[in-house]
Amino acid sequence: MSTGTVPKPIAGTSSFLDDRLGAGNFLKRNLRKVFPDHWSFLLGEIALYSFIILLLTGTFLTFFFKPSMGHVVYEGSYEPLKDVTMSEAYASSLHISFDVRGGLLMRQMHHWAALLFVAGMMVHALRVFFTGAYRKPRELNWLIGVGLLTLALLEGLTGYSLPDDLLSGAGLRITEGVAISLPLVGTWITFFLFGGEYPGEDVISRFYSLHILLIPGILLALISAHMVLMWVQKHTQMPGKGRTNTNVVGAPFYPAFMAKAGAYFMFTFGVIALLGTFAQINPIWLFGPYTPADISAGSQPDFYMGFLEGSLRLMPAWEINVLGFTLPLSVLIPALVPMGIIMTGLALYPFIEQWVTGDRSEHHVAERPRNNPHRTSIGMSAITFYGVLWLLGANDEISSFFHVSLNWTTYVGRVLVFVGPLVAYIVTYRICLGLQRADAAVIGHGVESGVIKRLPHGEYIEVHVPPNEAIEAHVRGKTPVPMIAGTDADSDGIPPKGMRGPLGKLRAKMSKAYGGEKIALDDGHGHGDEHGEHAEVGPGKDDKSLTH
Amino acid sequence: MNRITAGRRHPLARYAVLLLALGLLGGFYTLAAPTSERADAAIASGRADDVAEGRKLFEQSCSSCHGLNAEGTANGPTLVGVGAAAVDFQVSSGRMPLANPGAQAPRKPTAPWVNDDTIRQLGAYIQSLGGGPVAPGPEQVDPAKGDKAKGGELFRANCIQCHNFVGSGGALTQGKYAPPLHDATPTQIYEAMITGPQAMPVFNDSIITPEQKRDMIAYIVGVREEPNPGGAGLGRIGPVTEGLVAWIVGISLLALAAIWITAKKRQAHQ
Repeated sequence: MSTGTVPKPIAGTSSFLDDRLGAGNFLKRNLRKVFPDHWSFLLGEIALYSFIILLLTGTFLTFFFKPSMGHVVYEGSYEPLKDVTMSEAYASSLHISFDVRGGLLMRQMHHWAALLFVAGMMVHALRVFFTGAYRKPRELNWLIGVGLLTLALLEGLTGYSLPDDLLSGAGLRITEGVAISLPLVGTWITFFLFGGEYPGEDVISRFYSLHILLIPGILLALISAHMVLMWVQKHTQMPGKGRTNTNVVGAPFYPAFMAKAGAYFMFTFGVIALLGTFAQINPIWLFGPYTPADISAGSQPDFYMGFLEGSLRLMPAWEINVLGFTLPLSVLIPALVPMGIIMTGLALYPFIEQWVTGDRSEHHVAERPRNNPHRTSIGMSAITFYGVLWLLGANDEISSFFHVSLNWTTYVGRVLVFVGPLVAYIVTYRICLGLQRADAAVIGHGVESGVIKRLPHGEYIEVHVPPNEAIEAHVRGKTPVPMIAGTDADSDGIPPKGMRGPLGKLRAKMSKAYGGEKIALDDGHGHGDEHGEHAEVGPGKDDKSLTH
Repeated sequence: MNRITAGRRHPLARYAVLLLALGLLGGFYTLAAPTSERADAAIASGRADDVAEGRKLFEQSCSSCHGLNAEGTANGPTLVGVGAAAVDFQVSSGRMPLANPGAQAPRKPTAPWVNDDTIRQLGAYIQSLGGGPVAPGPEQVDPAKGDKAKGGELFRANCIQCHNFVGSGGALTQGKYAPPLHDATPTQIYEAMITGPQAMPVFNDSIITPEQKRDMIAYIVGVREEPNPGGAGLGRIGPVTEGLVAWIVGISLLALAAIWITAKKRQAHQ
């Protein structure tokens, strides 16, 4: 460090810090940390940077927001609400929007950043899922991610309720409906949460503490843990030339990756600022103050709660009475079941997959989605399930915009929510196999060169050339999906230990279906001996040269 | 040779002549068209007996569904007792005459014979059958005379569950809908409240007084003319379009940015 060229003030300060913090060694080790490069690896950073913007804009908003449900008469500058009685929370939100310099921009950026925070988490989680980047040793980090997503939904719910306008009141009312429908504890929880009969006078200040202190605190801690684990375990990389399970190919953190990450923060900030400036979000002044008796058409939650709204709208009005207690299934099922399926499914998937494949080895090279067709199909199935519920959460807007009957959107949705995932599974599976075949064709036949040759007997063929080295390495990064060895019964017809009970049999069956190589890269094309040559000019290949 | 004679040979001259001829033809046709002839004649002759004229109009344009004496048929309800206000609302907003039966009559451009006089005549005829609410005067619907804030409270309590928080409209059951209020005139809003067209309930004067109705009109008109301080209004229908924008604009732009940033790759050392 202390070469003659370093100016004394810098050398002095750095050795001072180095002696006390050991920072030099730490930096030397970590600044050269290599990060693999792929655009989809940046998607999680959308959430990270949105969170930073949320903290900054949120802090600004707390300077002016009054989390109180005390009644005041509005005397601010928005004329259509003049002299209207409202809560202090709503009045201060209006004050932020109309009378605080830059307040509306901050409010809008905060809200857009919140939407991008959750959306960024979702696309990031999908990337991790579809490339199998959650596999050992990253299962714990995956669980942290699921926890982050759940907390983000809670954070969004509490934030949505704070301005105390008519829309947030509608959301609060549904929250109360769900809480009170819980068997046995519902009434207790509701009275505890709202401090008495709905809406009470406490819920805004309680949500405020949760929204600005408790949940962001946990989010911050979990995000840090998420980042540290990622740093320690190193990032997964896409299959490619020279990329193995024991190395990381990419750019060092300093300077290349740092510049990219910094630029991406600026992009995120820019997009949020643009949206906050040019697209109006949650115009609370148009909704008016919350009154439990009023409700507006088109009352919707923010998009990440849309799937819950949709399941509530799809649900038939079932309820059962047991021993004098009413069990409102029409609220309980939509509130708990889809969320349970999705969140529990997300959390358990890495472990279920391990159980099915028997795979206990470490993976640092990501899988291309097509190369694990069952996983990809399960993922698309889940997306369809979620998507149908999400879409149906907006069925009134769909009905009014596209002029279709509201009832029919519900009937169709009730069928689609079950049939859609099934169809998505089958279609995705076939697409994955098709893409694997296309890969095999690239390896087996090469790629079209654009050179047309005429053969002596008059036939025209296109000359195929070996694929680009990088592409070939990327394609050849495929490994068969692991499966439990020796699931088959031995010669005496006795299955191996652990595969005997009904569960064991199921496991063996699932493992066989899930694992293994569906379409091998190098066979089925009858010219394995010609590898490395690939030029398809010889006779006898005419059928293939025409189709590929 | 003056400018006009010089212009005769201009390449655009033939189009100008064609345009002139078409304009003249259209103009003559409009003047000579049978509908306006009748209306004009009635007014010109000064014998505009509104009820009799209205009955003629009714027989021509309405009776096929509402019956020759407005007694109603299987295709249309009776109009006895609906009042002139209902006529004015339905006809001036183009809902009647109905083009084709459906879940609900949509707002559309008015029929060619419709004007203030024909509406008045038709209204007089219907009014003569069994009374009913009459169209409000201009004083009663003047947005400038209403109190927006009071109107807003009434609007939120009575209208927005179907018409949305700024009157952007919303869906009802079986293909019916609460139409957007963007195009409704103050008079039409008032008339809709007192007559309860289609799926809408009636808000008579004992439920909402005429002054309160004027306050509501003041709020509706005021809010729809109010600019969006936060940028594009995104249709003012709530979080659905906001979510769409977050994904389609926000996530797409950021994905593009990610692709752009990572497009420049550091080549591995050979």
